[in-house]
Formats: sequence, structure tokens, C-alpha cells
Amino acid sequence: MLTSIKRVLKFACNDFSRNRGNNVAAIFVLVIPILLATSLFVFQGLSQNIISQIQSKMDVTAFFKEDAAEEDILMVRDELLGVSSEIKSIQYVSKEKALQDFTDRHKDNPDFMQALEEVGINPFLPSLNILTEQSYQYEKISSFLESGPFSQLIEKVDYSQKKDTIEKFNNISSDINKFGFILGGVLFLIAILVVLNTIKLSIDNSKDEITAMRLVGASDWFIRGPFIIQGVICGFIAFLICLIASGTAAYFLSPKLEIMAPGFSIFSYFINSLGIIALIQIGFGVGLGVLAGFILVRSYLKV
Amino acid sequence: MIKFKNVTKVYPPDIVVLDNVSFEIKLGEFVSIVGKSGAGKTTLIRLLLGLEEPTSGQILFNETNILHTKRSQLQELRQKIGVIYQDYKLLNHKTVYENIAYVMAVMGEKDEKIKKEVSQILELTGLSTKADNFPNELSGGEKQRLAVARAIVNQPDVVVADEPTGNLDPYNTYEVVSLLNRFHETGKTVILASHNKEIINKLGQRVITLEEGKVIRDDKNGRFIL
Repeated sequence: MLTSIKRVLKFACNDFSRNRGNNVAAIFVLVIPILLATSLFVFQGLSQNIISQIQSKMDVTAFFKEDAAEEDILMVRDELLGVSSEIKSIQYVSKEKALQDFTDRHKDNPDFMQALEEVGINPFLPSLNILTEQSYQYEKISSFLESGPFSQLIEKVDYSQKKDTIEKFNNISSDINKFGFILGGVLFLIAILVVLNTIKLSIDNSKDEITAMRLVGASDWFIRGPFIIQGVICGFIAFLICLIASGTAAYFLSPKLEIMAPGFSIFSYFINSLGIIALIQIGFGVGLGVLAGFILVRSYLKV
Repeated sequence: MIKFKNVTKVYPPDIVVLDNVSFEIKLGEFVSIVGKSGAGKTTLIRLLLGLEEPTSGQILFNETNILHTKRSQLQELRQKIGVIYQDYKLLNHKTVYENIAYVMAVMGEKDEKIKKEVSQILELTGLSTKADNFPNELSGGEKQRLAVARAIVNQPDVVVADEPTGNLDPYNTYEVVSLLNRFHETGKTVILASHNKEIINKLGQRVITLEEGKVIRDDKNGRFIL
């Protein structure tokens, strides 16, 4: 058994060095789906980052009646946090804090300041700023506040004003996900077909040899083994090429992408996700190499 | 050793290639199968190697019906039969040495034995100086000698040669037939499919003559008569 494994490995290494042209072609073709899978992974990270950045700026504010007591408002906050795990955070803003925030924000604008002076009293209502995990959850929270047990305490919920923006964002984010998924799927399928066809051409060259091996009584694994190991070698080299190429690309693209998505460094993302990226690349490279060797040789083993 | 019992092979729709063929070949015989092109010689060999199944009848190798053998048994059977083809069927990405060693590696022989016996067979076939060459660097005669070396290196019970001299000049034809003869002299069976009248007549061994898929003559010390 050990001797057979040793021989299969030796045949694979010999064949690999003797079929350099075909193997170089196979390696470069394998690079395509690996880079594609890596790009999809990074794109998903980027789009996720953009979405969460936009999402973090989106909230729903529940304004309470002027006479609502602070403890009642805090009770509503605690109740909401208790009943819904979808809520990320709730911030209580008192009347005074709202006025303070407004003044701080517009102290350089005399029109605003004059208007505030003319009103004479604090026109702001106490409120709860609610942030959910997903934007589609705002509607549910809003209707809970408007028609739930605390509705008599609530003056208004500004969801209806933000509804259009939130819905638009939900649609865009869902479209991005769908488009990415479909485009990725199609490109990936094409890449796999290209890989299988290229490796098929390479194995086709050995068709007569496979038949000859069969005729001298070689077992399926004795024939298939060297092709599969060559697939592993090609896949591993393709993985190394892709890892270096994608790391270099991430390093140079990082400053440019940061303009588009502030706070997102593609290089940091690459380094932080190196384990997963390496796993994806090696999985695709070696997996495809082995799969191609396994499937394509099989068709010639029927002798 | 090898028995064909009422073997018929029909290709769709109704092309009869072998028609109720029966004969027996014993261990140590040198049998030539002769006939015009399309007489059924190659089909007969393909059936013997389990590359095709007969439409009806039985083919027995050492009393085992080839038709009922499992895939793994078929592998073992092929290891017991050395085969030589007109188009050589060599392993083009392996050297001359590796082509011969491969057959022994398939059998699971030890490295030392492989080294020793491959060297001997290279000497016997006059290919020692070409050991590190690839098949595409050999002449037709050398390729066929390599095919013979590969077929006999394991000392199989039987060697089947399908038109082994079809592409060779008279000198190389003589060389190849001599090698087959020397193998036969060690007590092994040789089955030679050929339409080379001169060789068959010179051999003076048993001749099975096929015509339109039927055995029309089976003579000990026979001659090529068609």
C-alpha cells in the first residue's frame, strides 16, 4: 500500500514536470475562479460595510407627550429592550438635552437662535432614538409604539417621515445582494466550466496513455492518483499566486477605496480575514484541481 | 487455458463480426490467427481482453468466464496477459525504462526486482542504450520492441499480439517475431493475429483461419491459405 502511494506520488511529480506547458495553463485557469471567489468575498465585506454605515445613520425616533414622566419613558425603553432582540440601542433624549443639542448645533445660525427666542419656551419633546439591527425592523417597532400599550404616552413616531428613505434603502440593499449573488453565481459557473474544459484538454492528451495503463491491468486509483495529485499541485500553486496577487491588489487599492467607503480599509479587511480568504482560495484551487482530475479521468477508465 | 465456446459478436444493427466461433488454446501453444482485414481477428482479441462482451457464447480464461468477471478480476486477468498492438499503445510521457517498469509497478513488484528485470529485458530487446529516451524519440522497430518488452517483462501466461509487425520493415518484423518465439520457448502461450503470410508460414505453428467471422480452418503446423 505504502509502495503504491509512493509510486503514485513519484508518477505525479514526473508527469507534472514533463507536462509543464499544460500544467502552467491549468494553473492560470485555476487562478480565475479563485480570484473571483476572493473578489466576491471582499465585495461582500465592502458592501456589508457600506450598508452598515448607512444603517447606523438610520433610526426611528419616538416623541413622547410633553407631560410624559421620565420614569415612564425609561420604562418604555426597558420594555422595548426586553421584548425585542432586534433592537441594537435606544437612547433617551430629554427635553433639556434636545434643546441643548439644538442650541449647540445651530449656535452660529442667528435665524434659528432668534426663532427659538421668539418661542420663549422649550419646544422640544422628550424622545427615544431607536436603532435596530436591520432597517426592515423599524416598521414593526413603529407600529408597536403607535398601537401598543404605551400609545397614550406617545405624541408621534417619525417612522412615516423616514419610511420612504428606509424602504428605498431596503430595496437597494436587497438588490445589491441579489445582483451580487446572481452575477457571482454566473461568473463562477463560467469560470468552473473554463477550468474543467482546460483541464479536460490537458487530460485528453493523456487519453491513449490512460487506455494503455488500463490494458496492462492498472487499477483505477493507480491511474487516477497521479492526475489527482497533479490537480493538488496545480491548485496549490494557483492558491499561492492568488494570495500574493490579491494581497498586493488590496494594499494598493486600499487608499482609493477608502474615499468611496470611509472607514473601510480593504487591506486591513484582507489581513483580518486572511484565514478565511486563504481557506477559500486553497479550497477552490485544490478542490477544483482534485475534482477535475477525479471526474475527467473517470470517463476514460471505462475500458 | 483459453476457450472460445460458440462465440458470436454482432454489432448493431446486424453486422455479424464473429459467428459461432469455437476453439481452445492450451498452455505453451503458439497460435496464429489469420484472415483478411475485417475477418474478425481484432474483435476476437478485444473479446479475450474483456474490452468487449460477446453477443452470445462463452470465453474462458483458466476456466473463468471473462463475461462474468468483476472489474477487479478483469484487472488481474489483464496482468496475466501481455498485449502488443500494431500502434504500440506506449506511455508517451514515460521513458523506455519507465514504460516497462510501470507494468511491474502495477503488479506491486519491489523496486529492486523491477530494476533487475527491466535491465534484463532492455538487454534482451536491444534497448539498453535507449532506456532514458521517450517513445517519440524511438524508431518504429524500437517502439515495437519496447511494446514486446513491456508485454513479456512480467512473464505473463500468455502474450497476445495484434498485427505487431503491420508497421514494420522486414528486419524489424524478424526481430519482433524472434522475441515472441523466444518467449514461447520458455513454455508460454503466444497468440499472434496477423495477415503476414511469410511470417505465418515460416513459424510452422498452429494456424486458425477466420473468414467473415467464422473459423474456416484450424491446423496444427498450419500455413496461411486464403
